[in-house]
Amino acid sequence: MSWLRRPSEAPLWQDEFSVFTADERYVNRRQFTKFLTLTSFAMLAGNLWILARSIFYRAPKYAPLAVAALGEVPVGAVKLFAYPSPRDPCILVRPADDTYIAYSQKCTHLSCAVYYARAQNRLECPCHQGYFSITDGSVLQGPPQRPLPRVALETRDGKLFAVGMEGERT
Amino acid sequence: MSVRPRQTRGLTAIDGAMALIVLLLIVQIWLLSATLESYLAGHREAAIPGAIISGILFLACLGLYLFVDRLDSQIRKD
Repeated sequence: MSWLRRPSEAPLWQDEFSVFTADERYVNRRQFTKFLTLTSFAMLAGNLWILARSIFYRAPKYAPLAVAALGEVPVGAVKLFAYPSPRDPCILVRPADDTYIAYSQKCTHLSCAVYYARAQNRLECPCHQGYFSITDGSVLQGPPQRPLPRVALETRDGKLFAVGMEGERT
Repeated sequence: MSVRPRQTRGLTAIDGAMALIVLLLIVQIWLLSATLESYLAGHREAAIPGAIISGILFLACLGLYLFVDRLDSQIRKD
């Protein structure tokens, strides 16, 4: 048995616009089913578009930026800077003597500026009490759903350079 | 004009197929929104399974449409 419809002997107009009420029910249902199937194809096209975007995605490259000299920031202190553009505030923290770590300062909930709570050794958002881990930027509590984007740091000639962003949204 | 029993059965089968297509379509719409949300959050690994499952759902819809189309053609010719 063939899956495909047998070619109709009647002309197309008669096939699509039946004069019989009983047949009209079939035509309406067939056309509605065709519409639903085309909608399903549109959903598939959307998924394929996302797949194509994912395959051809290239992480943006940012120019390195000197953030601070080694030893400029005391242990337990912070330095604010902007990276990769002047509109992107970031925070550099020195939680231990040989540890430097930097994150975007925008809370992933509603973009309030996070600050470093030294006593608790975490980043806190004052707006809705969203707390982030200082070690990996993950959410410890509060309404934020995503971790803070981390600034990749490199040491060159005694200076700390921001060289990229990790965990940015697409 | 009364509808013949064979035609009534045909209509029931078509209605069942349509209901199934609507169900599959709802799942596909949810899948697209979930994949898009995941992609925008930076999780690009969800795109491949999303596309594969969406393709399977579309093939199921297409199969049901061909079934409806063939049934419609057969019954109206009888």
